[in-house]
Amino acid sequence: MSADELLREAERVMTICNACRYCEGFCAVFPAMELRRTFAAEELRYLANLCHNCRGCWYACQYAPPHEFAVNVPRALAALRRTTWQEFARPKRFSGLFRRNGLAVLAAGLAAAAVFLLWGALSAESGLWAARSGAGAFYRVIPYGAMLGVFSALALGALAALAAGLFSFLRQTGTKASEFFAPGHQLRALKDVLRLTYLEGGGHGCNYPDERFRHGRRRLHHLVFYGFLAAFASTTAAAFYDHVLGLPAPYPWLSLPVLLGLGGGLAMTAGLCGLMVLKARMDHEPADEEGRGMELAFLGLLLAVNGTGLLLLFLRETAAMGVLLALHLAAVAAFFALLPYGKFVHALYRWAALVKNASEQSKAG
Amino acid sequence: MSLEDPLRREDCDVLVIGGGNAALCAAMTAAEAGARVILLESAPRSFRGGNSRHTRNLRFLHRKPTPYLKDAYLEEEFWDDLMLVTGGKTTEALARLVIRESEDLGEWMEAHGAMFQPPLRGTLHLARTNAHFLGGGKALVNAYYATAARLGVEIRYEAEAVDLEVENGRFRFARVRERGAERLVSAAACVCAAGGFQADLAWLKEIWGEAADRFVIRGSPFDTGRVLRTLLTRGAKAVGDPRQCHAVAVDARAPRFDGGIVTRLDCVPFGIVVNREGKRFYDEGENFWPKRYAIWGRLVAGQPGQEAFCLIDAKALPLFMPSVFPPVTGRTIGELAANLGLPVGAVEETVAAFNRAVRPGRFDPARLDDCATEGIAPPKSHWAQPLDCPPFYGYPLRPGITFTYLGVAVDERARVLREDGRPCENLFVAGEIMSGNILGQGYMAGFGMTIGTVFGRIAGREAARHVRG
Ligand SMILES: Cc1cc2nc3c(=O)[nH]c(=O)nc-3n(C[C@H](O)[C@H](O)[C@H](O)COP(=O)(O)OP(=O)(O)OC[C@H]3O[C@@H](n4cnc5c(N)ncnc54)[C@H](O)[C@@H]3O)c2cc1C
Ligand code: SF4
Ligand code: SF4
Repeated sequence: MSADELLREAERVMTICNACRYCEGFCAVFPAMELRRTFAAEELRYLANLCHNCRGCWYACQYAPPHEFAVNVPRALAALRRTTWQEFARPKRFSGLFRRNGLAVLAAGLAAAAVFLLWGALSAESGLWAARSGAGAFYRVIPYGAMLGVFSALALGALAALAAGLFSFLRQTGTKASEFFAPGHQLRALKDVLRLTYLEGGGHGCNYPDERFRHGRRRLHHLVFYGFLAAFASTTAAAFYDHVLGLPAPYPWLSLPVLLGLGGGLAMTAGLCGLMVLKARMDHEPADEEGRGMELAFLGLLLAVNGTGLLLLFLRETAAMGVLLALHLAAVAAFFALLPYGKFVHALYRWAALVKNASEQSKAG
Repeated sequence: MSLEDPLRREDCDVLVIGGGNAALCAAMTAAEAGARVILLESAPRSFRGGNSRHTRNLRFLHRKPTPYLKDAYLEEEFWDDLMLVTGGKTTEALARLVIRESEDLGEWMEAHGAMFQPPLRGTLHLARTNAHFLGGGKALVNAYYATAARLGVEIRYEAEAVDLEVENGRFRFARVRERGAERLVSAAACVCAAGGFQADLAWLKEIWGEAADRFVIRGSPFDTGRVLRTLLTRGAKAVGDPRQCHAVAVDARAPRFDGGIVTRLDCVPFGIVVNREGKRFYDEGENFWPKRYAIWGRLVAGQPGQEAFCLIDAKALPLFMPSVFPPVTGRTIGELAANLGLPVGAVEETVAAFNRAVRPGRFDPARLDDCATEGIAPPKSHWAQPLDCPPFYGYPLRPGITFTYLGVAVDERARVLREDGRPCENLFVAGEIMSGNILGQGYMAGFGMTIGTVFGRIAGREAARHVRG
């Protein structure tokens, strides 16, 4: 379906739901819908990003196909959500990356691996395959300055693109910056993000991977989310050790960067594997099948970042270190390069939608 | 045939016919009491659950607030509410039984998988009396099916009971059509919980004639009343007015069956309603809508062609719950009438006369306000405001049948009563098929599910007791 058709389908479905409202206890989408009578593109883009895809409203729907109303809220909103990300993406010329995202991620990953392996092979003192130890060992494979330069550039680029994406979200959902940046609304949204309130399905969990209500998906997502934060903290701690304390990597097992990185990496890996297993078992009817490539690519890339990172940690004293470092850096580079053009942006726009939701619900009283 | 063999083991202890709320409550209860249970649902799995699939809430007696119910709701108030809607047409012993046995029903339901939510916007007036199902009736039915299966109930979809063999008030077996083939299912006891007959169009026509062709059936097409009719022809005593049904005004564009809640229209008190001749025929502002919506089905059914049209103007649009079909619009009353296929001159005249008759007042949808007409018939007693704010909107209306009142007489143990008043020893009923014992007329939001749950449990318990002793 084209973006226009997806908008019309979401409008049709929301109009039926708004006359029904039986699902209002599941999540934030229905109470937000109830504040409206008609659904213009702006509102639908917002509602689509507010949906957490818990699927409660699929199994509960008295109008689900084969009923002639054929209501499938999770699918309609997920498909629309995917196209909104493409519309929000900046610079616009990269928005096509959303279309064949699985392929883009694979290509980026392979290209990055080739670049870093070659680079390591050329710059490492005694070749890529050699044991090194002691302070600064990593930089004897890929020089410090170059590493810093490449990753700073990638991270800054991703950040700028995400910020631009956020502003297009605000514009294309008719959200005023003043309401968005109000601290009270940010605080409430932060709570919803940190808890994943709307995967709680009114307290019973979500219908994932099948009809039963379960908390598994929310817990696995928490592992990935908090694991990600820990890994991020690990990188920050490492930067502090290096630049402020003057202690270059690698660090001993009992140091802040390693403990955070190890804990975060293990948590993320467990969470990602769990989510993959659930995805393999999930019911397909409420799913947006066209978005599957993007979801798998995102899980796969994150898993590659974690897997190579953990292997590097365990095998850093061995001759495999050089190769593993190159692969880990390649995975991280691909991750940053495609950060604004893949499933990662769900975090950005979900948060933005939750802030808008906090704002309008506080106004509605 | 093997059924004649006295030593033959029955197919099951308790046969439950029906797949909605009452049937599931009976099946779960019987299975918990140790009975081997088979449940027959004539619908396919995707449409299982009868009218229960379309429900939103039920009411029960409670002494304390719960996370999803405010304050308390006690027997006398419950009873008074019932008297108010039925005008006393009830069987007091059975009605009081339902009310008493409904105490803290929510806990039992939750223990069997039900989930509730506090009401949000729109249904807040029921926040004290009615507990709302999280996700509505289909979610409830899903949970019950899962629990029933876990308790060992054998569930058969697309299995329609077409006849019952009852001998001297004793159930022996059911004739069942299952995916094209007909088979007999025998049981030591049987619970019939197969709903009313509102989906049998031929039956409706017997009562209302050609007019029935233009009725919308709000709920399941599988509630054909086949079991009800069989019981009545096999000697069960009837209760409830066979000519009455609960009917509301729904959008004429609704599907013939199963349109459920979304086709109802709440715009009537905020506009005027004309028939296809362009004439008003009843006081649109007689009382609050929740107290009046159930008479409008019959009112519309009495109009030529069983149709009517609700007309409102732009200022009224935000005042009522949105409905599923967009209104027909017009920049002028004449244009709206034309777009609705109504005689333009007659509608313009009706609206002009109505507008002239409106007396000034303080408009307030939350009160029986003093905005009324003067000097026209029929009057509009409240919320009367001139239609003068374009664009104008119109909704076509038809009668939408919720359920029928005819049922089977029961005793306090849910046993079917025979015409002579004696109970059948192993034949039980629950739900819509017997709610005419309690709701002789009228309706009270959320009470259909209460009757089904309470009597479903009684029927399941008594059927199992009959089998297991
Ligand atoms: C739109 C709508 C909204 C409603 N909302 C509410 C509400 O919020 N609260 C409330 O209390 N009430 C509500 N009601 C009324 C409520 O639906 C009924 O009171 C209740 O569902 C009756 O339950 P039941 O189990 O007796 O019948 P049903 O739920 O109708 O179940 C009858 C079952 O029997 C099956 N069946 C029929 N014939 C056969 C056969 N021959 N063989 C095998 N199976 C058969 C059907 O397929 C169906 O599964 C509503 C009704 C409608 C139409
Ligand atoms: S998903 Fe279905 S049951 Fe839920 S609110 Fe929408 S129409 Fe109603
Ligand atoms: S899938 Fe879940 S989060 Fe999305 S609209 Fe349905 S109930 Fe809400």
